Amino acid sequence: MSVIGNTALGFSEEQAMLLDVAREFCRDRSPMAAVRAQLETEHGFDREIWEEMVALGWAGIALPESCGGSGLGVAALVPVAEAMGRAMLGTPLISSSLAAQLLLRAGGAGPMDDILAAIAGGAIATVALLDGADWGATHTGCTLGPGGELQGVKHYVPDAAVAGLFVVLVEDGGAPALALVRAEQLAPGAIAANTLIDQTKRSASVDFSGVRVSEEQLLRGAAVVSGVHDLHLLGALLIAAEATGSAASCLDTTVEYLKTRKQFGRLIGSYQALKHPAVDILCAVDSSRSFIYHAATLAGDGPLDRDAEIACRMAKAQATETLLFAGDRAVQFHGGMGFTYECDAQLYIRRAQWSQQQWGDAQHHRKRLAAMLLGPVG
Amino acid sequence: MSISDQELNEFRAQVSAWMRDNKPADPGFLLPQTFMEVGDERQLDFLREWQHKVWSAGYLGMAWPKAYGGGGQQAVFQAIADREMRRHAVPICFNVIGLGWAGPLILDIGSEEEKARYLKGILSAEDIWCQGFSEPDHGSDLGSAQTRAVRDGDEYVINGQKIWTTMGNFAKYMILLARTNPAAQRKYDGLSFFLAPMNVPGIEARPIRKITGEYGFTETFFTDARIPAGCLMGEEGQGWKIAMQTLQYERGAEAGAAGGLMMVRVTIDDMIEQLRDVSRDGAPVLHDPVMRDTLVKMIMEEKAVALGERRAHISALTSDYPGSLPLSGKLRSTEMSRRMRQFAINLQGAAGGLYVGDDAARQGGFWQRAYFNSFSATIGGGTSQVQANIVAEHVLGLPK
Repeated sequence: MSVIGNTALGFSEEQAMLLDVAREFCRDRSPMAAVRAQLETEHGFDREIWEEMVALGWAGIALPESCGGSGLGVAALVPVAEAMGRAMLGTPLISSSLAAQLLLRAGGAGPMDDILAAIAGGAIATVALLDGADWGATHTGCTLGPGGELQGVKHYVPDAAVAGLFVVLVEDGGAPALALVRAEQLAPGAIAANTLIDQTKRSASVDFSGVRVSEEQLLRGAAVVSGVHDLHLLGALLIAAEATGSAASCLDTTVEYLKTRKQFGRLIGSYQALKHPAVDILCAVDSSRSFIYHAATLAGDGPLDRDAEIACRMAKAQATETLLFAGDRAVQFHGGMGFTYECDAQLYIRRAQWSQQQWGDAQHHRKRLAAMLLGPVG
Repeated sequence: MSISDQELNEFRAQVSAWMRDNKPADPGFLLPQTFMEVGDERQLDFLREWQHKVWSAGYLGMAWPKAYGGGGQQAVFQAIADREMRRHAVPICFNVIGLGWAGPLILDIGSEEEKARYLKGILSAEDIWCQGFSEPDHGSDLGSAQTRAVRDGDEYVINGQKIWTTMGNFAKYMILLARTNPAAQRKYDGLSFFLAPMNVPGIEARPIRKITGEYGFTETFFTDARIPAGCLMGEEGQGWKIAMQTLQYERGAEAGAAGGLMMVRVTIDDMIEQLRDVSRDGAPVLHDPVMRDTLVKMIMEEKAVALGERRAHISALTSDYPGSLPLSGKLRSTEMSRRMRQFAINLQGAAGGLYVGDDAARQGGFWQRAYFNSFSATIGGGTSQVQANIVAEHVLGLPK
């Protein structure tokens, strides 16, 4: 068996259509001026655009038809996330979709169908996962106490300020469980917004202490463990898809500048010192695209298997490093302009740093890939 | 005409059985991994016999017309045969310039007479072909080639020098790019393309010793060498166009090759398997966290190239940068191979300092030699730097 393993890569007509529609939509609704207009707003996105996306069915695109979705699976979210990344469009789609996937995979299908249907209908949800900065943390200090009372603070909760629903990872007698918390259950002042390196994104710390949840708001058991495991992989995949789109438009921005800027009487794009790294970025974008659609091909509705896990981890390790490289070179190749806030290169380099730190950086995933591909140590 | 899966499966089984039964025993000397490593007569004779055998069995040139020694079948059969050759790790079909470049070129644009004269000998390995493109002062800059061809009655008189002629000392024919009109306004318009014999007076092929210490290429000198005027392919002045078309076959951008296993592909699996027992800090090298991280990066690189080959067939996923995957293919795969082989030496500890000829060298020094030989691919056929220029200019639209 080769370490290269599965190289399946398919693309359905539905995906192709979605990619087309999503790309056109994002281009129209999210020109750079619109992206910049959101940088300092409280929530970082335009409600109207979000509602249009919901109307297009994207909030439920990956959810089963039984709960109001389109039944196209995670594979359909990948082209949409890529298109959003390309246009640097900020929306809660990824946060909401991941929360829904977690519920779906952790035993919520059936008992929580009404909640999934609400998400498909545009209710914004998010996952409250991290206690701290460590994506490899194996337990949480956030607990479920007697009487269903939660205790603890979650950090880096994406789109917390707009979420109506929080899926909170807690420990219940030493075992992981998920608590579904409605925003109105939170104490006043429970949400403390972060100042993020990427101004197109929003997250916050959320204090769940004192919130009481009923049995109907809880998921427990083996499905939770497997659901949370898969959440990490799907989070990695969707951020990789978004980063791939951003890297491609970052490359386009840089190339456009190299084609128009003159120095020493020549277009700077004619210098090989700039030309060859541009090709390196292109090749890295090519790899990223191949990995995200490979992972999309393998990530079905059921628990993710070994091949799908490898694919998601590779997609993340590749795509966010690609964007880091593309963003870094975009700043440098724009020269003095690149050092300014006005130049769009800053948007990409900021997105790059943020993306790399979501769902584990490249080293985090390569370390796990090494264990899967080269065997354990010791 | 569609072919049933059953038919394809039966064919696969048949080729597989043939390869298993006919795979030659280890000859006791190192066999070339690529056609650029045929350094002596022993290797030549061995490979010639093998290619002839594969062709006689009907597993080479399967999609070329029957009239010219081919099989007249659909290309899918050759693809299956190629896969089985790879799977059974049989020796290469070494007449690559003929099978892969000159052959498809002659099939596509050659005259009836050229097809009848040349194609069968390419397949049977009776006629070995070489390529006379590069010159000492014009490597990647092919358009500036200076070797002269002057028409004199029914002949052309050739003067000049070519270099990096793979198997130049063994070849019967050469695809030759030479300047017929030095006064042409555009340098490209002064070039012409010849299907030239090598066995005429005035052509001398001197073997070049490579960094590996072995042979495989020649410097080829032309001193008033007279070739028949009929060797001109197309018309005078079309040389550049024809040479560019030839490079399309070479880079795999244009189909038509006769097939056959053209090189032994060394994969990262081979490297991991052969070196996993090396020790580092008293533990297996594969337990070293830094080495593991580097290996995973390399696995990803190789996987990305494989996935790219899949994605290249999905038009909706290639519309952003059309041509990107095929045009960057050579650059990516050859650079990847070079780095992988270099790292394979790195993995060996002190033994990495040994070379072919030392009994203690791992795999007989295979990785050391393979690393050195890998430069033939990152330099030959347009260096990686020229490839990067091509991608930059043709895919990204950057200025020259």
